[in-house]
Amino acid sequence: MLLRAIRAEFAKLLTTRIWWILAAVLFGYIGMLSGGLAALFAGIQSGAIDPSAAGTGSQGTPPLGSLPPLVYSFASSVGYVFPVLLGALATTGEFRHQTLTPTFLANPRRAQVLAAKAITLFLAGGAFGAVALLASVGIGALVINGFGVDTLLGDSDTWALIGRTLLAMALWAAVGVGLGVLVPNQVASIVIVLAFTQFVEPLLRFASMFTEATAGIGKFLPGAASDALVGASIFTVASPVGGAAAALDWWQGGLVLLAYAAAATIGGYFVSWRRDVT
Amino acid sequence: MPVGAVIEFSNITKRFGDVTAVDDLSFTVEPGRVTGFLGPNGAGKTTTLRMLLGLVTPGSGSATFGGLRYHDLPHPLATVGAALEAASFHPGRTARNHLSIYATAAGLPQARVAEVLRLVGLAEHGAQRVGGYSLGMRQRLGLACTLLGDPGVLVLDEPINGLDPEGIKWIRGFLRDMAAEGRTVLVSSHLLSEVQQSVDDVIIIAKGRLVHRGPLSSLETQVAPQVVVDSPDRAALASALTQAGVVFSQGRTGLLATAADPARIGHIAFTAGVEVSALHRQKKGLEDAFLTLVEGSDSL
Repeated sequence: MLLRAIRAEFAKLLTTRIWWILAAVLFGYIGMLSGGLAALFAGIQSGAIDPSAAGTGSQGTPPLGSLPPLVYSFASSVGYVFPVLLGALATTGEFRHQTLTPTFLANPRRAQVLAAKAITLFLAGGAFGAVALLASVGIGALVINGFGVDTLLGDSDTWALIGRTLLAMALWAAVGVGLGVLVPNQVASIVIVLAFTQFVEPLLRFASMFTEATAGIGKFLPGAASDALVGASIFTVASPVGGAAAALDWWQGGLVLLAYAAAATIGGYFVSWRRDVT
Repeated sequence: MPVGAVIEFSNITKRFGDVTAVDDLSFTVEPGRVTGFLGPNGAGKTTTLRMLLGLVTPGSGSATFGGLRYHDLPHPLATVGAALEAASFHPGRTARNHLSIYATAAGLPQARVAEVLRLVGLAEHGAQRVGGYSLGMRQRLGLACTLLGDPGVLVLDEPINGLDPEGIKWIRGFLRDMAAEGRTVLVSSHLLSEVQQSVDDVIIIAKGRLVHRGPLSSLETQVAPQVVVDSPDRAALASALTQAGVVFSQGRTGLLATAADPARIGHIAFTAGVEVSALHRQKKGLEDAFLTLVEGSDSL
């Protein structure tokens, strides 16, 4: 029964255009960012670009070993907004187009439908992770290699990072489903996603880094948890206190992100999903 | 052949805040007949149907199909097909994909998708995005969705709304055929005239309450007959009727006498020596009976 519900949710996701539009933008955005920054940093490290000309000074240059993971992690540290949007759109679209009516007529077990949607989007988020990695690792490694810097693709740590990135992106899509049921208004949901991921959270994370106490709270923010799960991020590098000390272990980060997804989805079930469909 | 189940509403009630949308409604709908579920807009028809389908939770009471609530049906789409008024389609999805999703969700064979599209006359438009559909085509797609599981019960909310004359003719035949096959057919409408050619039974509600139920013909006996009579000297005619003890009211085209047959009114005028310029039985249709019932509920 659950399998049937999951198949129906996959069919819903793949029969409108939004999934490949988001995937295409994700690939282009992450590809450009990874390629561009890989060229800048690898150029500086290899001596092909004069640091003073780049305007960053030696201070801004990450240590040699951390460059490839940093570039590869753009897939999730920057790209995570895309699976969130996908999850939120898949869920709020049901409210907006009133497709909850045929959905609940075909399967009146509403909790099962929501669980199927969360599982479906979790898997789709993983696929988005693969697309983002194709851009960040594919293009990033090409550029890094082009400057003669080690891509670290033979390193098992790099592949662990890639695996954890897939998991992070999958969890982010589930967070999107939770947000969608918590805030069923599609426009409001999109505004929240964009405002929170692009503005509010980066600001909070940055602000929280300045004292020990706030850093202890800040590491539980969803973006910080995600970066902890993946293990590398432009944010942890930029941290004034030293990001590594303030971050969670990777598995803790994964659990925190999972907790966000579960709490939002269960809360949303009561707030909107099991309400009267009028 | 699918078997129709009896739909039963028992004391079903729904309140939205202070407003009682559906008030202690009880009635049954029999298989093999087309039942019109009538009432003005806002009477609570859609809320009642949504409670029947488990989309809205009743405040109290229950609605069942052969004794089972929608939620407890082992195969909901194979038991009940429902088309509700709201256009519940993603505009960017094709009709075929739309139907395929719900066939998958309900565990129905995919072959049904092409079959139901053909049944409702949309076979050539299956690959088209629903966003480009006309209102009539959307109504047909809604019907296609109800037929996916070949159910014994059909619940249709305002299916005639927005259809062109050809579509109306088609759906009337469709409803008759479905009932003739032994299915239970419940059709809501805010206009009796829209469905009176297709329904066997009527259930009329107003302000969430049942005001009438029975066969369509039972509506005729609801209206007291009236005779219209007029004279160049209306005052004289009025006093003659008063003397004869006939109850009447002032109408636009003359005096409206309640009860009575035209011959008696003519006799009264003749013996009083009043010239009669018009005398005929008022033709009151079923629609008037319907409106009288619905408006009569104001005094409740």
